[in-house]
Amino acid sequence: MHTSAPVYLDWAATAPVLPEAVAAVAEALREVGNPASVHAFGRRARARLEAARRTVARSFGVDPDGVVFTSGGTEANQLALYQARGPILVTAIEHSCILEAVPQAPRIPVRAAGVVDLAAAERLIFEHRPALVACQLANNETGAIQPVAELARLARAHGARVHVDAVQAAGKLDCAPEALGADTVAVSAHKLGGPMGVGALLARPGVALIPRQPGGGQEGGRRAGTPNLPGIVGFAAALERVARIDWSPIAALRAQLEADVRRIAPELVIVAEAVPRLPTISCLLLEGLTAETQLVALDLEGIAVSAGAACSSGKLAPSHVLLAMGYTQAQARCAIRVSLGWSTGGEEIARFLVAWEHLYKRWRARKAA
Amino acid sequence: MRDHSADLDLPPGARVVVAMSGGVDSSVAAALLHRLGFEVVGVTLQLYDQRAIRRDGKSCCAGRDVEDARAVAERLGIAHYVLDFEERFRKAVIEDFADSYAAGRTPVPCVRCNERIKFRDLFDFARDLGAQALATGHYAQRVRGPHGLELHRAFDRARDQSYFLFTLSPEQLAFVRFPIGHLAKSRVRAIAAELGLPVADKPDSQDLCFAPDRDHVRVVAALRPEALAPGEIVDQAGRVLGRHEGIARFTVGQRRGLKVAAKVPLYVTAIDAARSRIVVGPRRAGLVGAVRLTDCSWLAAPEVGEVVAVKHRYNEPAVAAQITCAADGTARVRFVEPQAGVAPGQACVAWRESRLLGGGWIAATEPWAVCAASCLDDAHASA
Repeated sequence: MHTSAPVYLDWAATAPVLPEAVAAVAEALREVGNPASVHAFGRRARARLEAARRTVARSFGVDPDGVVFTSGGTEANQLALYQARGPILVTAIEHSCILEAVPQAPRIPVRAAGVVDLAAAERLIFEHRPALVACQLANNETGAIQPVAELARLARAHGARVHVDAVQAAGKLDCAPEALGADTVAVSAHKLGGPMGVGALLARPGVALIPRQPGGGQEGGRRAGTPNLPGIVGFAAALERVARIDWSPIAALRAQLEADVRRIAPELVIVAEAVPRLPTISCLLLEGLTAETQLVALDLEGIAVSAGAACSSGKLAPSHVLLAMGYTQAQARCAIRVSLGWSTGGEEIARFLVAWEHLYKRWRARKAA
Repeated sequence: MRDHSADLDLPPGARVVVAMSGGVDSSVAAALLHRLGFEVVGVTLQLYDQRAIRRDGKSCCAGRDVEDARAVAERLGIAHYVLDFEERFRKAVIEDFADSYAAGRTPVPCVRCNERIKFRDLFDFARDLGAQALATGHYAQRVRGPHGLELHRAFDRARDQSYFLFTLSPEQLAFVRFPIGHLAKSRVRAIAAELGLPVADKPDSQDLCFAPDRDHVRVVAALRPEALAPGEIVDQAGRVLGRHEGIARFTVGQRRGLKVAAKVPLYVTAIDAARSRIVVGPRRAGLVGAVRLTDCSWLAAPEVGEVVAVKHRYNEPAVAAQITCAADGTARVRFVEPQAGVAPGQACVAWRESRLLGGGWIAATEPWAVCAASCLDDAHASA
C-alpha cells in the first residue's frame, strides 16, 4: 500500500479549487439575498452577481451582456445547440454532452493526428447547409487544439452559426468568441480552479439566445432559475487567479513525462503528439495493457489518472475520440489520460513514472511467460 | 476467529485481489483476508447489464450485486473496483451457453465463467496489479500435499463447489486462494453478521446469474432462436410420438414437459440437434455405461484401473467410475453402475476421496447395454 501523499494527475476531470475561489465561495455563502429581490439584501446580491459577471466577461473578452451563467459546461453547450434553427454539424470528437444531445447530427471526421479534417468539414457544410457548427477548442482526452478559427470561417461563409466548446481550454488558451470567430463559447468553472456546478455560455455581441429553460426571467430572460451566486463568485475569483498562471513549466513537465515514459516503453504511442496540444494533457496508449488495469494499478499506488472521459457509471467504453482517430477498439481500450495542473511538480511525475514502470515490467514479464 | 494465515500460504501483508460478487461468501472471503492484514483489493466484475434483466420493477438481487460489493468494501475499508467484463462474458459464457443448447448439449456456464473469465482475465489482471494471489468465495480447499498443491472439496460438503473448478491448471492453483473453503456456510453467515457486513442475510445466489428469472430459454431464444423451433419427439426406432417447442427446453434424462402419452414413463435419451428431434425412451434405454470426455484438465491424472468418484452433473451425487486418459486431452470414463441423465455438454469431474483430480466435457455417451457387453473384452484387453 502506498504511504506517501496521493498524486493527482487527473486535472482534466476536475481541478482543485483555488484558494481564492474557496474564499470567495465561503464569503458568498455567509451572505443572504436573492439577486432578484427588491430589498437591500437583494440589491447587494445583485451587485455581487454583476461584479462577477463583469470579471467573467473581461476574462473572456465579451460584454457582460454576453455572459449567461449556467450549471456547467453541459448546460452551456446544450443551450448553444438549442439555438440552431436547422441542421447541426458536430465534430466526431466532441464531448458526449454534445454528441448525445444531437445524436442525429452528422459528424465531421478528424484526421489521424487528432484534429478536425477541414476539407471534410467544408464538404459536409456544403452538403448539409447547417444552421450551426459545433467544435471543441481543445479535446478533453488528447488535448489536441482544434483549428477552430479556420472551421468557423468555413461555417460562417455558408451562413452557419458557430459554437465552440472551450471547457477544457478555458484558462489556458484565449477563448474570446471574437478571436475564435465563434458566436457562442461554453466554459466551465471546475476545470480551471472554480467550484463544480457553474459555467457560462459566452455570446458575441448581437447574438440573441433563446431560453431553453423558461421561468423567472433571470440571466436576461435567457436562463431561468435563481443563479448559483456562491458558485458564480467562485468562478470569477478562479478566473482572475488562473489568468496569472504561467503554463510553460507545466508544458516542460509534460514533455519530460512523455520522454521518460517512452524511454520505459518504446512501443508506447503518445496520442495526438504531432499536433499542438494543451500543455496539461498527455494521452498514452500502450496496446495490450488495458486502461482498466493501468488505472487500478496506479490507484493502488496512490496515483490518480483517468481513461479518457470520466463516466458516471464507472464503465469504461472504448474512447470515441480514439476510434474517430482511427485506432481500433482494442487500442482504444488501452489509453490513459495523464493530466497536469498548476501545482503539479516533478516529484509527482517521478512517482507516476516509477509506478507505471513497475506495472509495465510486470505486464511484460507476464506476456513473456 | 482462528488464524488462517498459514493456510493461506502468503507472506504477511501480501497484496491479494478478491473477486467480490456482492454475495456473502466472497464478502467474507475479503473480510477474512483483510483481518489477517493482507492488502485486499476487491474487484467486482460487471458481467451483464443488470438493468436489462430486471422486470416489472421487482427488486432483483442481481441488480444490487455490484452495489452490495461496493458497500461491503466500504465497510471493510478496502480498495474496490468494478471492471466491465460484459463483452467478454457475453462472448465467452453467454454465447457459448446458447450455442451449446443449439447443438443439443446442456452447458455448465459456471465452469466456463471460471475457466474463461475469473481464472483467465481476472487472473491476468491480478498479476498485472502485482498481487500475490487471487482469492474467491468458492467452497473448495487448496491444500499443500506431499507432492505439491492439491485442490480438495470444501469442508462443508453440501456446499462444495470444486466441480466448477476442474479446469484449474497447476499454475492457476498456485495463485488462487479460497479463504472460506474450510468453513461451514452457517459459520460464513455468522462471520458476516459479526462483522456487520450488509450482506449477512442476503439469499444465496442461484445458477444462471445472467438469465432473467433463471429462465435459460429466454437467453437461448434471443441468441439462437433456431434452438426454440418446434420439432418432433421420436422413440428409439424413430417413430414420431409428438411435438416439442424447441430442443433448448430439454436435457437428457428429462421427463417433464414431454406431453407424450405412453404406458411407461418416458425420458429424453438423446437430443438430435441436426434434425431438431428429441429422442425419448423408457428409463433403461437412457442408461449410460461410459462417456467420452474432451478438453480434459487434470491436476492429477487418475491411475489405470483406479476407481474414483465422479460427478457427471453438478447436482447429482458422486458415483464410482474408472477413467482412461489419453494424451490428446480426451478420456473415457466407465461407470461402475449404470447412470441416468448423462447429458453431453456437462462437465464430468473426478475425485480421489476429497481430492479433485480433474475432469473434462462430455462429448458422447455409450449406452449401458453396449458397455456392459464390452466390459468383458476390456477386462481381457487390460489383463
